[in-house]
Amino acid sequence: MSKKKVSIIDCQLGNLFSVKHACDNVGLDSMITSQPEEIERSDGLILPGVGAFGEAMNNLDNLGLTESILKQHEKGIPLFGICLGLQLLFTKSEEFGERNGLGLIEGTVKKFEFTTKKVKVPQIGWNKAIPVKSWEGTPMATIRKEEYMYFVHSFYVEPANTEDTLCETVYENKTYCSAVYKNSSIFATQFHPEKSGESGIEIYRSWAIQNDLI
Amino acid sequence: MKNIRIIPRLDIKGPNLVKGIHLEGLRVMGRPEEFARHYYESGADELIFMDVVASLYERNSLHEIISRTAREIFIPLTVGGGLRSISDIREVLRAGADKVSLNTAAINNPSLIREAVLKFGSSTIVVAIEVIKNTDGRYLAYTDNGREFTGKDAFEWAQDVEELGAGEIVLTSVDKEGTGEGFDLGFVQKISENVGIPVIAHGGAGKSRHVSDVILNGKADAVTLASMFHYHYVINNATDAATNSEGNTEFLSQKRNFHIFEPCNIPELKKHLIDVGIECRN
Repeated sequence: MSKKKVSIIDCQLGNLFSVKHACDNVGLDSMITSQPEEIERSDGLILPGVGAFGEAMNNLDNLGLTESILKQHEKGIPLFGICLGLQLLFTKSEEFGERNGLGLIEGTVKKFEFTTKKVKVPQIGWNKAIPVKSWEGTPMATIRKEEYMYFVHSFYVEPANTEDTLCETVYENKTYCSAVYKNSSIFATQFHPEKSGESGIEIYRSWAIQNDLI
Repeated sequence: MKNIRIIPRLDIKGPNLVKGIHLEGLRVMGRPEEFARHYYESGADELIFMDVVASLYERNSLHEIISRTAREIFIPLTVGGGLRSISDIREVLRAGADKVSLNTAAINNPSLIREAVLKFGSSTIVVAIEVIKNTDGRYLAYTDNGREFTGKDAFEWAQDVEELGAGEIVLTSVDKEGTGEGFDLGFVQKISENVGIPVIAHGGAGKSRHVSDVILNGKADAVTLASMFHYHYVINNATDAATNSEGNTEFLSQKRNFHIFEPCNIPELKKHLIDVGIECRN
């Protein structure tokens, strides 16, 4: 049996090397790609991203990747979204007017709004992933409850169905969804596991093992 | 209360980790990879690597160190020193940096900040502001490790940097850097409260109390420090670093100037911060 391949989807925003390094570290056979054919051939998809929702969706559309991702999802191929990659899975974003996302998870992407200027946006730094349901059987299974993870973001997701939420995080007075898990094939985090130390790498490893990719 | 980041700063000259005073008079501390690994394992929230001689030669020689480090260290890495253009930034990111720190080039050509933000995203672009307090009380921005006055008022420059889209500011007090006297609290507070992006305080940490002061009173969002951590590591792991490095290592073997500092490691510093009510990852 040939080795399982994972595509790190390049929507041409931000730096994907750290995602690649994390994959290498846990033994995933991965490549950074923006080729629809590559994506459709792979056994697992990672959708990372930093930057603007609208621009990322435009790039995915223009490169023909939106269709490939949805096709792969239909086949039950595991999909791991990170940061903007989590947000892109949602129905729509309120960033600069409305823009539709991939629509794999029902809900909306919203901007952090605080009344005081002293709250810095983006949130940059470590914060706790607080379980709101059991992590058993998910890529977070081996992670300490309320472990610190590394976040960089100005927008957050609001799932329409609370059962999609795997954990929450509190920034100042705002409690928001910081990871989702749906139908076993979709797992996505607002934080960057590849920048969250050994616990973050453990999430990559669990995702790979649970989906039989290593 | 937000979570505060503690960021060891590694000043690099050639293959060596160095440390100076007022960003000058560099002494060799050891191999940067060894220190980076140690800080990662002991709970550093991020690391900053600065090529401290790069600006003078208009180059950045950190690529190899970064690419080795990025393969095994899974926390954010910021790299600075001598980055002049979009292609310089791209190269450092390709080597494995998560963020870049701009100073000289950003001041000479502020539009570089905006251009870099559009290309790489605002969270990737950090602007370093090196400040010297003038005799008339004004705070002025300098470049090239405090050698060149830029004609800019540091307070105004910080506002410009935010408007141009930078994701964070590293605020260095050149007067305090390497002295262990404590941070310039009033100035850090003035800048941090006036911008909506995180401010990382740098320059002056000599004891744990200084760090909690700059968070509680200076309103810093993160703190970057070198001497306290480096000295602690050297004292406890002295042999390798001193014998394997080239350059000015006499300082290292004699542990000169160490008395000004209260060396501590990252877990000790974080314990102090938590004890005084500051939230941080532990």
